[in-house]
Amino acid sequence: MSEDYKWHYGFFLGCVIPNRYPMIEASIRSVFDHLGAEMLDLPGASCCPAPGVFRAFHIPTWLVIAARNISIAEEIGVNPITGCNGCYGTLRDAWYELEHEYELKKEVNEYLAKIGRTYKGNLEPKHVVQALYLDMGLDHLKDYIKFTFSDLKIAVHYGCHIVKPSDKRPWDGEYEVPRFLDEIVELTGAKSVDYKDKYMCCGAGGAVRTAVKEVAADFTREKLMNIREVGADIIINCCPFCHLQLDLGQVEVNNFYADIIGEPFNIPVIYITQLLGVAFGMDPNLLGLIKNHELTGVSPFISIDPFLNIIKNQLI
Amino acid sequence: MSENVNKYIKRKVYKKTSSRIAQKFVDAGLQEIRACINCGTCTGSCPSGRRTAYRTRSAIRRALTGDESVLKDIDIWLCSTCYYCYERCPRNIPVTDMIIKLRNIAVEEGYILDSHFVLANNIFYATGHGVPATGENNKKWRDLRESYGLPPLPPTVHSYPEAVKECQELMKAVGFKKLMDNAAKLKEERAKAEKKDKEE
Repeated sequence: MSEDYKWHYGFFLGCVIPNRYPMIEASIRSVFDHLGAEMLDLPGASCCPAPGVFRAFHIPTWLVIAARNISIAEEIGVNPITGCNGCYGTLRDAWYELEHEYELKKEVNEYLAKIGRTYKGNLEPKHVVQALYLDMGLDHLKDYIKFTFSDLKIAVHYGCHIVKPSDKRPWDGEYEVPRFLDEIVELTGAKSVDYKDKYMCCGAGGAVRTAVKEVAADFTREKLMNIREVGADIIINCCPFCHLQLDLGQVEVNNFYADIIGEPFNIPVIYITQLLGVAFGMDPNLLGLIKNHELTGVSPFISIDPFLNIIKNQLI
Repeated sequence: MSENVNKYIKRKVYKKTSSRIAQKFVDAGLQEIRACINCGTCTGSCPSGRRTAYRTRSAIRRALTGDESVLKDIDIWLCSTCYYCYERCPRNIPVTDMIIKLRNIAVEEGYILDSHFVLANNIFYATGHGVPATGENNKKWRDLRESYGLPPLPPTVHSYPEAVKECQELMKAVGFKKLMDNAAKLKEERAKAEKKDKEE
């Protein structure tokens, strides 16, 4: 741990961020460093494991692997932090169960002993947005704002597991109409526009995307139609699986539901730290906003050029 | 006993039961749903039920009466675990958690979709990631990482082979491997029986 930083976290990467949307990883690392928060690696961390699939297959496996992941952060002595609502769901729910059920903790530690690890507890798993809003606070973020947008309409998508189950989350029980992400977004001068069923699920979670892609895409279709109706320029989210579903899923919606959507969708999908970094005046290369490759079939699947044009026109 | 008794009478099974499946529901702690008053808030709040045949109340009702059919339908796998039913239940039943427990029992009985089985057995167990970046097929993702100034593989299990072994050891000890092997066996047996039925 370095004393140059005010905050220290153990960056739990998960799967989708590092392995499918590395631009999100780059932006979280850069923005947190910029804000005075050190992101330490958690060497050898695995899948969280994903709450909708692996927890649904076998709860004990889910709990033991989650405890192993948290124990890696304990070794370093920092709170694990994730940029993914799914990982947040797993780490936080597992932590909650292990903190409240002594027998369960004992049992889990019997398994962990086989690989020479221990789950101690006490270190609360956090979400990137939780750190921004609750640890650092809006005033701290405000100090870093260099540019503000004059005309940018944003559809904010929270996702589910950042607020629910609300008894295991840090938002004072608010899950129906939370505002914290909108408040962060509006620091950039952008307007967070209301749209129908704003807090609805993207459709990917709970093993649905792996089960039947068309069902997941139909959730997404409904969201996208509601978002288009209010004329949002971009979508901002705080979960890579929602991000994937809203980005790659847009292509799927255009394909599966061409007959009912009218014009195909092409709304840029941007992660919260990418947007914040722009307003902080950071190099867009550090925020994963600039394409530096000739690869095909990789993310983002929906062009973010309209967003880059807005940046050029309004900020530069 | 009249065969119509078994066919039509569905009692709450959580006091005393002779059915193997119903007993499993009890053992899994599903008795919390005895508090259900069938109000339908769960179904009414469900974004999946708006577009699919999945009806949360029906799944809960079938679990409550020990009705095995709830395990066989794909319906319980169309829940996106958004937790609205959990939050809004006026009887404070952790509905989403109950659906997850039902899924656990379904897997135990060999009712797991092929895509889920491959994800669990061939991807998660083998690599430690649910969405990996290793292997020739995933080279583009490693290249993508590098294009953003990141190392081709993240500092996760992907960079620590002994960590994959640790995870596998835990999964074996806790019974995940056995569960998957058993699910595969049950699936195969069922497929064979169905094929035989068709031939006859």
